[in-house]
Amino acid sequence: MHIEIDEISKAFGTTAALHPVSLSIPSGALVALLGPSGSGKTTLLRILGGLEFPSSGRVLFDGHDATGLSVQERRAGFVFQSYALFRHMTVFENIAYGLRARPRAVRPPKAEITRRVTKLLELIQLPDIGPRYPSQLSGGQRQRVALARALAIEPRMLLLDEPFGALDAKVRKELRSGLREIHDETGLTTIFVTHDQDEAMELADFVVVMSMGRIEQIGKPQDIRARPATEFVREFISG
Amino acid sequence: MSDTNLAPPRFRSAIEEPRPARWVLIAIVVLGLGVLLFAPLIAVFAEALSKGWGAAVASLGNRDARAAIRLTLTIAAISVPLNAAFGIAAAWFITKFDFRGKAFLITLIDLPFSVSPVVAGLCIVLMFGANSVLGGWLVASGYPIVFALPGIVLATVFVTFPFVARELIPIMIEQGRAEEEAALTLGASGARTFLTVTLPNIRWALLYGVLLCNARAMGEFGAVAVVSGKIRGQTASIPITIEMLYNEYLSVAAFSLAALLAMLGLVTLLLKTVLELRHADQIAATYHR
Ligand SMILES: Nc1ncnc2c1ncn2[C@@H]1O[C@H](COP(=O)(O)OP(=O)(O)OP(=O)(O)O)[C@@H](O)[C@H]1O
Ligand SMILES: [Mg+2]
Repeated sequence: MHIEIDEISKAFGTTAALHPVSLSIPSGALVALLGPSGSGKTTLLRILGGLEFPSSGRVLFDGHDATGLSVQERRAGFVFQSYALFRHMTVFENIAYGLRARPRAVRPPKAEITRRVTKLLELIQLPDIGPRYPSQLSGGQRQRVALARALAIEPRMLLLDEPFGALDAKVRKELRSGLREIHDETGLTTIFVTHDQDEAMELADFVVVMSMGRIEQIGKPQDIRARPATEFVREFISG
Repeated sequence: MSDTNLAPPRFRSAIEEPRPARWVLIAIVVLGLGVLLFAPLIAVFAEALSKGWGAAVASLGNRDARAAIRLTLTIAAISVPLNAAFGIAAAWFITKFDFRGKAFLITLIDLPFSVSPVVAGLCIVLMFGANSVLGGWLVASGYPIVFALPGIVLATVFVTFPFVARELIPIMIEQGRAEEEAALTLGASGARTFLTVTLPNIRWALLYGVLLCNARAMGEFGAVAVVSGKIRGQTASIPITIEMLYNEYLSVAAFSLAALLAMLGLVTLLLKTVLELRHADQIAATYHR
């Protein structure tokens, strides 16, 4: 799905988290929002997912105005920074949650839900952990379960907030290629937030560099490396 | 060195006190519990049974005593669910939304703890008593509040309001909003999110709050004494009846009812402990991750 961000701004009280920013994300792209802490990455991602509403501006999905759509109507697969797995449900129930929450008319039958959850567990290469609780998983496993849970609703896009933030370097590398594979397989427009420039450069088709609520540069990784548009970008990617 | 003692050195935990200090602390705790808790409890039961089991049981079977027991159970049955609902709503509102005056609202929830129950009771009498405009109208239309069940419930609800909310607020703050937000992004409605995510996550804290609220609702004296009018057999709850019996030197009857009230409280505590033991792992999973 093509995502168009049109002059979106967001203020929390008197602090401006986002100055008007515009961004066009082609369907099927894998995009990184890169920037230092407090630059507004999470805020932008939450606005796309419908968890936060912009102070001004519009969001367009495939050319249709989606600014007023509720979080449920957005159908965005959202992976939270701390994963936000339901602690009192098993992994299976976590992944099945979105399917079971559907209105009766469009809810898949029980057997179909089981089949889909099983398939997703295979996709994240953890076929046997269905009966376990989130507290019994490693950080990397939780991250993959969160991804599977987001994919279960057949989302229109995938939004990930620092998906590898809390993991050690080795696991990060593994999961990076895992995300790339899942992206290529599903063809979903995917936006992930990171403050790790290697991660952004290695994984993304496009990188959006942000600072203090503004977009500093948008471009392919090699272009940003070769031609930083501003002093900030030059410093940020060399540091 | 010629030290041939090969016994491993004994490590002390960093927070362990030196031995004499530990003994003093233990002695203080045991003494405190004994004097303040166990001795009075034993005294109540001893006094109740001073004329034998028969007399104690007979005094509980008396018509007024039965009415008092029924009234107290009714009060608890109405006010505890009300305060559970209020408490959940207040805690939900405070922890899941950002708004100005939040600190003030939290203070307001504690108000019943800082205001004397007698004052609370007087406020209800002033507002709904037969001498007020509203109260006069209510009495005239046949729905008296003061000196009747509604006033007693109102007073009890006020006094026990903080218990559920105070149990819930810290745990809901600690758990944050992320799980609810996740449920919403997965397509769940607000109501479904509340029922399938919020409620299960707070169920133990909620249970504790409800148990404490219940114990207090059954035991409330001050506020109820003011609004009830102490009509024997009608508006006298267990604590009120105990006081009246005691003032009339009917000590077996008074202490039998007191023992019953104490037992109700003890059963509450026992229930809490049993649940804690049986579900220790689940409780740990909800509180620490
Ligand atoms: N709910 C909120 N209330 C008030 N201010 C907020 C809120 N959320 C974000 N902000 C502010 O908006 C700005 C942008 O925050 P945001 O979370 O989008 O940054 P970020 O780029 O995701 O940072 P990080 O890398 O640390 O996660 C910050 O100055 C932050 O303090
Ligand atoms: Mg962030």
